[in-house]
Parts: sequence; structure tokens; C-alpha cells
Amino acid sequence: MLNYEIVVIGGGPAGLAAAIEAKKNGAEEILVLERDMELGGILQQCIHNGFGLHVFKEELTGPEYAERFITELKAMGIEYKLDTMVLEVSKDKKITAMNREEGMLSIQGKAVILAMGCRERTRGAIRIPGGRPAGVMTAGTAQRFVNMEGYMTGKKVLILGSGDIGLIMARRLTLEGAEVLGVSELMPFSGGLNRNIVQCLEDFDIPLYLQHTVVDIEGKDRVEAVTIAKVDERFKPIPGTEKRFDCDTLLLSVGLIPENELSKSAGIELDRITAGPTVNEAMETSIEGIFACGNVVHVHDLVDWVTEESKKAGRNAAKYVAGELGGSEEKISVQGINGVRYVVPQEIRPENLSGKMEFMMRVDGVYQNVALVAKNGEEVLRSVKRRHVAPGEMENLVLDFESIESKDLKNLTIELVRQEGA
Amino acid sequence: MYDITIIGAGITGTFIARELSKYDLKILLLDKENDVSNGTTKANSAIVHAGYDAVEGSLKAKFNVQGNKMYDEVCRDLDVPFKRIGSLVTAFNDEELDTIQCLYQRGLANGVPDMKILSKEEVLGIEKNLKDTVKGALYAKTGGIVGPWELAIALAENAVENGVELKLNSPVTDITKTSKGYRVVAGEKNYTTKLVINCAGVYADKIDQMVNEPTFEIIPNRGEYNLFDKSMGGLVNTVVFGCPSKMGKGTVILPTVHGNLLLGPTAADIDQREDTRTTFEGLSAINDHAKETLKEIGFQDVITSFSGIRAKVDTKDFIIGKAEGKVNFINVAGIDSPGLTAAPAIAEYVVDLIKESKETLGLAFGENKDFNPRRKPSIHFMDLKRSEQIKLIKKDEAFGRIICRCENITEGEIVDVINRKAGATTLDGVKRRARPGSGRCQGGFCGPRVMEIIARELDLDMKDVVKDGKGSYILTGETK
Repeated sequence: MLNYEIVVIGGGPAGLAAAIEAKKNGAEEILVLERDMELGGILQQCIHNGFGLHVFKEELTGPEYAERFITELKAMGIEYKLDTMVLEVSKDKKITAMNREEGMLSIQGKAVILAMGCRERTRGAIRIPGGRPAGVMTAGTAQRFVNMEGYMTGKKVLILGSGDIGLIMARRLTLEGAEVLGVSELMPFSGGLNRNIVQCLEDFDIPLYLQHTVVDIEGKDRVEAVTIAKVDERFKPIPGTEKRFDCDTLLLSVGLIPENELSKSAGIELDRITAGPTVNEAMETSIEGIFACGNVVHVHDLVDWVTEESKKAGRNAAKYVAGELGGSEEKISVQGINGVRYVVPQEIRPENLSGKMEFMMRVDGVYQNVALVAKNGEEVLRSVKRRHVAPGEMENLVLDFESIESKDLKNLTIELVRQEGA
Repeated sequence: MYDITIIGAGITGTFIARELSKYDLKILLLDKENDVSNGTTKANSAIVHAGYDAVEGSLKAKFNVQGNKMYDEVCRDLDVPFKRIGSLVTAFNDEELDTIQCLYQRGLANGVPDMKILSKEEVLGIEKNLKDTVKGALYAKTGGIVGPWELAIALAENAVENGVELKLNSPVTDITKTSKGYRVVAGEKNYTTKLVINCAGVYADKIDQMVNEPTFEIIPNRGEYNLFDKSMGGLVNTVVFGCPSKMGKGTVILPTVHGNLLLGPTAADIDQREDTRTTFEGLSAINDHAKETLKEIGFQDVITSFSGIRAKVDTKDFIIGKAEGKVNFINVAGIDSPGLTAAPAIAEYVVDLIKESKETLGLAFGENKDFNPRRKPSIHFMDLKRSEQIKLIKKDEAFGRIICRCENITEGEIVDVINRKAGATTLDGVKRRARPGSGRCQGGFCGPRVMEIIARELDLDMKDVVKDGKGSYILTGETK
């Protein structure tokens, strides 16, 4: 049995930031377990730039952003194991893992930080009819082939779903000489960042078909054609609106799912909407001493926010190990309502509230001129104007608990309110 | 010259090949695909039926009941997943209660053991997630589930270990009569043989008509399925059939041997023999059936949808026997449901049929003294005891490296299935044998890694590794 103060599961941006911050806050024995052959997670295949604008005030590529953390982690002497798969996490923080060199490992942590990230939704999850030839793959898998392994995955490509990875791959494949015929999006709005719509589609004249979905895939061995059709308000394809594209590839960018099989096996409570663990103000899950951060909690739009959230988890895990994290039973729930799909954290303990606290959330549609309003019961705590909100972009709201007069917190809600005269 | 040539390496072809490998014969097993079990066998309900469906006196009834009894032994010998979990035919109204009575009587007539008509309470005692509007059910203890392609692959492997020659990528394009038998042209090669056994599935009529007058026609019939994540596998404990009606056998809800949940199938005649597409209508229909039968079911956990083609014939019974006027051409055709269950009994019957004419055919049928009914045990790392896992990693580090993160499949297991007899050469071939890519991410993470391992083990270029069929290439070139 190996013993550590903190075991971090996942060496992507979340795990790296959490481990570094835990060390800075006094934790000594930290171990990061990474299942891939290198640290950095999915950032390593994101060779485009646009990372780090908030954290470093400069534009970095994914690998550059990761490298800063990897360098720091190594300089701090934090231990890590690569190509190491965690098989089980128990509620008493015992971890079973394995790798080639050491075989089976039993590791006991005083605290555990879950940072497993997310995975892509697949074809099965969205029930696309048609054949099952080669050439249908998720945008992230294609990204790995193209950016890390040096292979092209198609010559004429249609993309279903306007998530960020799909948009980024539309540009990437075009630059590599493939013909990207269009992006089909089920919703009336894109699920990706606005800047990616402009820079990855509009700049390359790639059409975006909103309210369209795939209704047929042709080809026995390899994709030969894909047909899309417009959908009605209930997402049913409208006959007569079909468009058929001769192509050899269909990329899917139809959403990400937090990867919580380990969390489930440990018996951690999950939020139905985020599909990640419910967490408190310390990024602690329903099991004391098991923390979670990054895309395993909720899917983020920018890695910068993953970093910030993970620092919080790392800091609090260090506090927990030192016995300095309050564990009071008094909890106040935080809920998103009226257009706010969810809020993270889902609960806060007044005992641990000091100063400013940031809440992250996603809205359920595209709205102009609205306010994000935080309330304690009926009492408005803060209202912040937003000119434009969309599901593809994460929103945040900061509450300063020092300046909040009412000490009698009951339950917090955050909602969207349309502005008068808008 | 071969003694016997079997055309088609699906479940019937492989069962017959393995049965014949018990004898000292020169046997050739041909398949047009690049892997065995790549037709109907890879996409069906994976059920070992009890035997109350088929009409009394039919070949289907006879071989179903016989075949069912043979499953324990063959699956044990070949280390193939098989679970006798029992089956239910549910009745939700009085008419359906009558139907299950008829099925019960038919089962008795067919010789099906251990059946019982259950009351509502008894049904809900077994299946608590069924709607409590259920009125009763026919229970058959001998119903079961199996890994159909695992079985065909294991049979092929064992047959090859026992001397059968397997030739893949060998579509039969012509058969001509010779003085001693036939010349079979397959994959541009000529093979001479004393006897042909036609197990060509949806192409059985085409093969038959290469030398015989047309006597039957295959009507391809497609069935669509939805497969759910393992988190849903516990929704039912038995094979739960809807009540059959004029529309067909009824939709089935069942756990798979690997713990997933399977819904299906639809039934629709189609024009093209390999049109395995799924449709909005088909998938909606099976989901609707599940909603009508179960208290609650969520469709967000569907991990894949697929369809399979059944080789239906208009006589509605199996066609098994010598072609008219010939002792050296045997048809095994129209093997739709319960073909999987019946296959072991069909194989024995076919071998007996050949033995009847062994003198005419000039086949000695001596015993194969080296016949070994068991194949090299397969390795399922995650099912091993901790101490055995540790030992295995010590012996071979490749078992310490997880490739498939959803199903926790190690590199060692993948290397093993590539290097076996009748081994995997494709991404889906590896998936059917060792299961990487069968989980919730459907190969998103492990696909590139498995391709690397295939390329390394078979000394191929990454670009030449295919998903499944010959033309199912994954990579189209290198980046700039």
C-alpha cells in the first residue's frame, strides 16, 4: 500500500492545476495518476491558439498552456505516474490502479481529487439512422489522429454538431487540404464559442446549417454520402428539406459528457444536469475529502476556467489534509432557475464563506439584454447585466459574502431576468 | 482435393466445420468477408431460445429444442459466454393470455422442458421493472443468452486448431461439376472438392443456383436494435419477449452476456441483402415497445444502434438437406431465428447426412485422433482474481496496460486475439473478440491505440488497418 496526502486522478489541465495549488498550500505528498502516455490531457491535441487569455493574459496553444503547468509541477517535485489506469476509488479514499511497470497498485490518500475530464458523446447517444460504415467518428478522435499521429481521416467532410471541437476541426481539416462541406447543428444556435464560429467557419466560407440533423448515412464499408434535413421545433426532420452531400467522412461534435464511472463506483452523488459530482464551495463532493474539478464536474468552455476551479479544489484539499477545512453540517443549496440550467457549486457551507465566491453556470438559450440575478429567498443579492448570453458560453457571477448584509442565508438561486425596454 | 468445402463461416458454417473436424477429413471453410461471423451472426438477438415458438413437427422446432440442450457443453469447452437466465413471454391482456397458453401447449408438443405459466405476482417477482399492468407470462427456464459472434469465432478457431483450413476474403464466384465432385472458384482461386455444404446465409440461394435448379429464394429481412450502456443491464433479469402477434415474434428486452441491455428487433423485408442501415421509424418502434412494457426507461444511455439481416425463406422453415438429385451438395439455408440455438443440432444432423452417403462420396470418416474439443482459454483480465492479475502482469507487462478505458481491456488481451488461429485483423474483429470499443465511448479513445497494436502485430501500415470490411479504411493519408 502506497500512502499519499493527496492523490489526483487525471493529469490534464484540472489535475495539474489542482496538484500545483495543493503543494503551494502546504500539502507535501501528492501523486498525480495519468492514464495517457503524457501529462496535459486533451490540451496536447489542441494545437490551435486561444488558450490562456485569462490566466496568462496571452494567447497560447494547448500544448504551450499545458507545458507551463507541467514544468511547474516537475519543478515542484510533485510525483506522477503515466500510462496508469485507475480501476477503482473507494469511499474511504483507497485507489486501485495499474500500469505496465509496477502492475497492480494500492494507494491510500488522505484526500482525493477527481480530475478525469470528459468524453465525447457518440453516434449511439444521438440515434442517427443509416448505415455504419467507417468514416463516422467523433471530432476529438479525428483531432488526435490529425494533430498527434499525423494522419488524415477524410477528404470530403461533413460535420454534425457545432461544438467547439467540431468548429476547430472544420478549420484544421480545411488547412490540411480536406474539403469541409458544412456543419449541421440541431439547435437554432451553435453550441460553440462565437469566436470559433467566426474564425473557423465564416473565415473559410464553411456553411453552418442551423436546425438541421443527419437523416441518413450511405456506404457499406466507408461513408459515401450523408443526408441532412431541417428539423421542426420538436427536432423531427421535415420531409422535403433533405440535402445530400457526397462525402467520405462524418465528424460528430455533439457534446461532451463528464467521465464519472469512478465517481459512481465510489458512491459519489451526481448532478442530473451537469452529469458531474455535486460539489460545495470547496469543490468537495458528497464524500468528505474527495474533491473534484474541471470537466469532470461540468463541461467548461475555456480551459482558463478549468484552471481557476481546479486551483480552488487543490487549495481546499490541502486545507482538508491539514484539518483546516470546516466540515459543518449546515448547507445552503444553490440553484439555477428561469433560464439558468445549473450552477456550480451546488451547495455552500456558510462556515467556509469568506470574501468573494465565484459561481459558474450555463444558460438554456440565446438571450439579449438580460441580467443574472442572485437571490437569497426573495432578497436580491446581486444583479449583473449581460448584453448577450448563449448556451455555448459559460457565465459567472461573483458574490462578496463580506459585503452581503443578510447573514441569514436560506437558499440561493441564480436566474435570468429580461431587462425592461430591451 | 478437399473432401468437404463449407461455404460461409457464420454460426452454421463454423458449427459444421468444428463437428466435421472430429473426423479425419480434409476440410475447407470459405468466407467472402475478411473475418468469420461477419454476416447475420454478428447482428442478432443473441438468444438461446427454449423452443416453444416453432410449429410442431418443423425442422425449426426439432433443432431448436435439441440445440438448446447442447449449449452448456459447447460453450464450456470453447470458453464462450453463455447464461441460462430463463425467458418470459409477457401478456398484457386477455388475448395475449390466450396466446401464451397456445405457446405453452406448443412448447409441450415440441418437448420443451421446465415451462410454467406465471401469475402477475410471479412475473413481477422476477421482473420488478415491468409495468404492473402485466397479467401473466410464459416462463421457460431453459431460455438463455450467448455471445453469438464469440461462439462462431471460437468454433472457427477450434476447427482450425483441429485441422480445418479457413480461407477468408474468398467470395465464391463459380461452382462447376467435375467427375469427382466440384471445382469452386473463390477469391480468384480454384479449389476442388468432393462435397459442398452451402451455409452462405443471405446468399444461400445464389450459391445453390450455381449448380442446382432454383428451389428456394432468400428474402432478406432486416431487424434493428438499440444497445444500452452497462448501467442499464440490470433492468431485466431474463429474456423478456413481447407477446407474438400476426406482426411477428414480438420485440425483446434482454440483458447481454456482457451486462448491456439490448432492445429489438424490428422485422422488415428489404431489397438488398446487406443493407444494414437503421431507420428513425425502426428504432422508434422498438423504443416504443420498451416504453409500453417497462415502468421506466431512459434512452440517453443508448450506446449504439445496429441492424442485422436474416436469411428468410418463404416456406418459413429451415431448408436442410441434399440438393435435388445430388448426394454431394448440401444446402443449409433459410437459417433465420432460431438458427443460433439450432446450429449445434443442425451440425450433427448434417454430419449424419453426409455419413449416410460416405461410400458413394469416397469419404472414410475415420476418427481425428488429435481432436481437442477445447480451445486455448481466452483471457478476460478484469474477471481474474487479483492474485492472478498480478501474476499475469509479471509474466507479460502488456497485461498491465489498459487500452480500452470503458471496458478496462488490456493490451495483452488485444495481442492475444490478434495472434490466435482465425485471429482478428480489423478494428471490429478485435472488438468482437476482446471488446475494446464496445463501451460507452465506442472506441473514441482506444480506436487509435488498437489500430497501432494491429499494425504492429500484423506488420501493416497504420493506413491499411480497416474498421471491418475490406474497404472500410479509417485513415485517408498523412497530414501535410
